[in-house]
Amino acid sequence: MAVISRGFTGRSREHTPELPPGQYLTKDFPVLSAGPTPDIATADWSFSIRTDDATLHSWSWDELHTLPIEDIATDIHCVTRWSKFGTSWRGVSLDTLFAGVETSDEYVMAHSYGGYTTNLPLQDLLGGKAWVAFEFEGEPLDPEHGGPARLLIPHLYFWKSAKWIRSLEMMSSDEPGFWEQNGYNMYGDPWLEQRYW
Amino acid sequence: MATRGSSSAIGDPLVISERETRDAPPHRIGLWHVGVVVSTHTETPTGRSIVLDVPGWGGNLAGQHADVRLTASDGYQAVRSYSIASAGDSDRVELAVDRFPTGEVSPYLVDDLLPGDELELRGPLGGWFVWKPTQTESVQLIGGGSGIVPLVAMIRSHTDSASTAPFRLLYSVRTSDDAFFRSELERPTPHLDVTWLYTRRVPHGWPRPAARISLADLAASAFASSLSPAVFVCGPTGFVETVATDLVALGHDPQRVKTERFGGA
Repeated sequence: MAVISRGFTGRSREHTPELPPGQYLTKDFPVLSAGPTPDIATADWSFSIRTDDATLHSWSWDELHTLPIEDIATDIHCVTRWSKFGTSWRGVSLDTLFAGVETSDEYVMAHSYGGYTTNLPLQDLLGGKAWVAFEFEGEPLDPEHGGPARLLIPHLYFWKSAKWIRSLEMMSSDEPGFWEQNGYNMYGDPWLEQRYW
Repeated sequence: MATRGSSSAIGDPLVISERETRDAPPHRIGLWHVGVVVSTHTETPTGRSIVLDVPGWGGNLAGQHADVRLTASDGYQAVRSYSIASAGDSDRVELAVDRFPTGEVSPYLVDDLLPGDELELRGPLGGWFVWKPTQTESVQLIGGGSGIVPLVAMIRSHTDSASTAPFRLLYSVRTSDDAFFRSELERPTPHLDVTWLYTRRVPHGWPRPAARISLADLAASAFASSLSPAVFVCGPTGFVETVATDLVALGHDPQRVKTERFGGA
């Protein structure tokens, strides 16, 4: 049973069904990063998917932009408890990027420029749920928010939407990525409040 | 590419439930502890430190944080994370909180909470932005404003463990009134060197004019990259972005620069 905090009233009790439990709304776009922001020129940037048989599917910046580009309007939810409604992004669906990839593996490790990693089930990347995004609110994605390009997987806590995305590596079993080794949940469903271990 | 973190099991919250759903792997939820406020101390015009006894806490590493939960009389709850200023095995926990004017939890903690009040905590949380007394390399701490809190925990842990690892702190504050733990940080401490940086108003006769932290400050006062120090940077996002970028420009390995940013909430 929770302890009542003497004199605490809190904010209005307006019901917001779009807000996952334990989250609050912000109009800012706070930053959560474990280290320095990497500086990546789009000319040097590439994105690849690597399967267990070492097949490499790779796209340069220009090649990525020849693929169908989607507009995405979505709410986002950070494990540090802020949520932001109605954000708009542009990017390439991972359905498009995985179209020519054959794999029997069910898990993925996302690798970023700078060394960040995060683990994901493959099924969470497919079915119109995940993108490689490079525009935010009509502008090129700011480096501190993951530019030139980041994963966008808005149905999971936002640490899963790896900034500075570089590659996806198929895995036969679910292995913890960076924050997942440092206290955060392996899956990260905001509606189930899967924040920590 | 290797991941940056270790896989040690630090910070694992106590497990009270573990359930599986159709769509998700098992997950765990930490236990809430009931702490009692022992004392509060005004640190700055907008911030205070809060000492709590939290039976069952069981200690924390320097740099970890805690979830704090407030509950209104009608059951409404609000939870936020705060860095812990204390470290070690004790059930005594010190938080330090800066009031965020439009915040929901911090104004209560800074303005309303009294000694004897109960406060719920969960944690300790976070296994990345931590310093352990077993580390022997040089440590460069760089804090802005209330970003000093986890760094003070590291300094205390360093002192309590009689560590001889060389520590340096660069602490950037608007004015001398805005420094958390000022008297503690001004006290001479073995193997700790403190450099104060003022961004708005300097004390009388201070040699460096008021200015935001720059690459020149880091070059002059921080451990050189050639020493391969462990670097911890904590503060507002703009501060951390600037400092981390400048550290990389000065040759620090990005993998050795750990950052923690305070968002606007």
